[in-house]
Amino acid sequence: MKTYHLPEYIVKRNVKRCNKCKLCIEQCTYGVHYYDEKEDCLLSRDEDCVNCQRCVVFCPKHAIIIKKNPLSYRKNYHWTNEAITTVKKQAETGSAILTGMGCDKPNLTYWDKLLLNASQVTNPSIDPLREPIEIRTYLGKKSKQVELALNGGEVVLETRLAPQLCLETPIMFAAMSYGAVSLNVHEALARAAVECGTYFNCGEGGLHPSLYRYEGHLIVQVASGRFGVHPEYLNAGAAIEIKIGQGAKPGIGGHLPGEKVGEEIAKMRMIPVGTDALSPAPHHDIYSIEDLKQLVYALKEATGYAKPVAVKIAAVHNVAAIASGIARSGADIIVIDGVRGATGAAPKVIRDNIGIPIEFALAVVDERLRNEGVRNEVSIVASGSIRSSADVVKAIALGADAVYIGTAALVAMGCTLCQRCYTGKCPWGIATADHEISKRLNPEDASRRLINLLNAWSIEIKEMLGGMGINSIESLRGNREQLRGIGLSESELKILNIKPAGE
Amino acid sequence: MEDLTKNLEISNLKIGAVNIDAAEMCSFKLNALIRDLVKRGFKEFNLHNVSGQRYIGAGLSGNIVFKVHGIPGNDLGIFMNGPNMYVYGNVQDGCGNTMNDGLIVVYGNAGDVVGYSMRGGKIFIRGDVGYRAGIHMKGYRTAPALVIGGRAGDFLGEYMAGGVILLLGLDENAQREVKFAGTGMHGGVIYVRGEITHFGKGAKREKINENDLQLIHKLAKQFCALFNFDFDKVMEQEFIKIVPVSHRPYGKLYT
Repeated sequence: MKTYHLPEYIVKRNVKRCNKCKLCIEQCTYGVHYYDEKEDCLLSRDEDCVNCQRCVVFCPKHAIIIKKNPLSYRKNYHWTNEAITTVKKQAETGSAILTGMGCDKPNLTYWDKLLLNASQVTNPSIDPLREPIEIRTYLGKKSKQVELALNGGEVVLETRLAPQLCLETPIMFAAMSYGAVSLNVHEALARAAVECGTYFNCGEGGLHPSLYRYEGHLIVQVASGRFGVHPEYLNAGAAIEIKIGQGAKPGIGGHLPGEKVGEEIAKMRMIPVGTDALSPAPHHDIYSIEDLKQLVYALKEATGYAKPVAVKIAAVHNVAAIASGIARSGADIIVIDGVRGATGAAPKVIRDNIGIPIEFALAVVDERLRNEGVRNEVSIVASGSIRSSADVVKAIALGADAVYIGTAALVAMGCTLCQRCYTGKCPWGIATADHEISKRLNPEDASRRLINLLNAWSIEIKEMLGGMGINSIESLRGNREQLRGIGLSESELKILNIKPAGE
Repeated sequence: MEDLTKNLEISNLKIGAVNIDAAEMCSFKLNALIRDLVKRGFKEFNLHNVSGQRYIGAGLSGNIVFKVHGIPGNDLGIFMNGPNMYVYGNVQDGCGNTMNDGLIVVYGNAGDVVGYSMRGGKIFIRGDVGYRAGIHMKGYRTAPALVIGGRAGDFLGEYMAGGVILLLGLDENAQREVKFAGTGMHGGVIYVRGEITHFGKGAKREKINENDLQLIHKLAKQFCALFNFDFDKVMEQEFIKIVPVSHRPYGKLYT
């Protein structure tokens, strides 16, 4: 069938600069660039370009730029280019449109409508360069009270404390499975987690044998497909995360396209080579909070109650009630993933239309758990859309204990959000299972970038805390006095439980 | 910490097998006791009066034998990695859930999702099983096996990615045949003694070949030895197999 949709991007080559070195051909995994012998020049198949910017960055003569195709359809605010192209594609294939990374639609980012406070004259601010500001964070159940006893003149703790994760900075690396991302990415995340005193989550695809040495800084995930889940794996985790849902695709399961299931991935997941790895929407042993409790305790039983168990859910309409149930399920940590959370593969219509922003979810969950007197039973981790240290600080002020970053970590390593992770051809060597392509990402270099990012954010977090006159991140948690809303409706302000700017 | 072993007779502890009366114990206490004893090197357990206690054998590794008298609760042998478990009674839901290695033999019936996401080892059920038995079973080079003596509930072997299910259907009076067997399966194989007519989406019926018959023989022989059935009689009837239509049942769903 002849395709009716237009190329999304156009490759522009400055022929005066181009020295025909053909590096662009080598770098493009989508086969866009090619050499025409007859004309002795480089040409491009624009329709295959995904605008990943790989050739642009690597061209030694800076001869290439990628442009959005200006030959767009007649301007129409309702029938956008994207809407038209999608209909045409579906008419040609009869398939659901697959996409990668997080929702790219406007008007869903509320972080930018929240402003932070600082001290002036009264309650002086603190200079983080001179005075210590504590950002270490513990995740896990907190005892309502502790009992102490005197034992031969020494004070001893009688209360048995629940296991905790200790984070030197309130930022962890979000779950990204081996298969969705390459082994080198896992290696880079693991090294950075060790260096920064935090944790990386290996996602639902199991843990490569070479990564077991990072067990002190690892969170292992258990999803409905139970890929790579065995006792050694569970014991390797500093914590275990039950994945119920994720922000990019609430209500549907995981989906690793067969293109990415090579020999290594098949072995780890114990599935045939080339098959789609499916983690269906429900865990088939969980249909209620009682069932969830059963899996939480099964994991605790299997690992001797030595590590916290987290439950990850997507932020959906009744997230507060669900979180309230999870807080009573025996789980130690609730992870909430907002509508902008990313993925390696999801139907576009689901990614862009289902779920609610993390800002609202966080606010209502924190509020609900406080009102019910169970906030101490669980730590809250916010996920999906954290782009900067300011987003981290705002999330904590809204009630989070810590955050997960996924997209930000990938961007640090080279990702340009071209949204084609599902093809397995990621030109940056990130979202690929291909042995050759994944060599493009050097774990040493990538981990250095991640470490730099976390160090930079940690400094900025301390600066912002100091500015508010707060010397410990604990005093910021759920401290909504530090937030003001700008351009928000009355009901939005009410749900976020913050005042408008100026009040 | 409370010494959970203090009520056990010391003479018991000296000989190999430990007898535990589970009558008054909750799941957590029973499992803590077992874990403690396993740590001390005990390898054989006779559990008596078991009544609904969950997670028995959860995550345990090594050469351990359990003889369970009564009806254990959900998730028996979950994440288990090697032990052999004999149950003289029925088991509830999730038996052998995400089991990595070992053996579970049930002299009665099993509830739903028996062998959920099993990665290795074998499960033999003398009687019937509930819905979604063998869902998400996996396999890479080695194959876990689930053998069912009686009949199975619907969605047997759903999303199956590897491994072997053998459904013997020995209860001649059973009226209801399994429906939607192999829905969404993309690997592994289901053998059925006799005939079934209703398959799940993504699964198809095929005739068995010599290799299949060898595998069926091996498993059926073990089954008959465990539960005292006449092997020749069991093999009198024909077998069929259910396999995936394609390794990518959802390959065309997305673009």
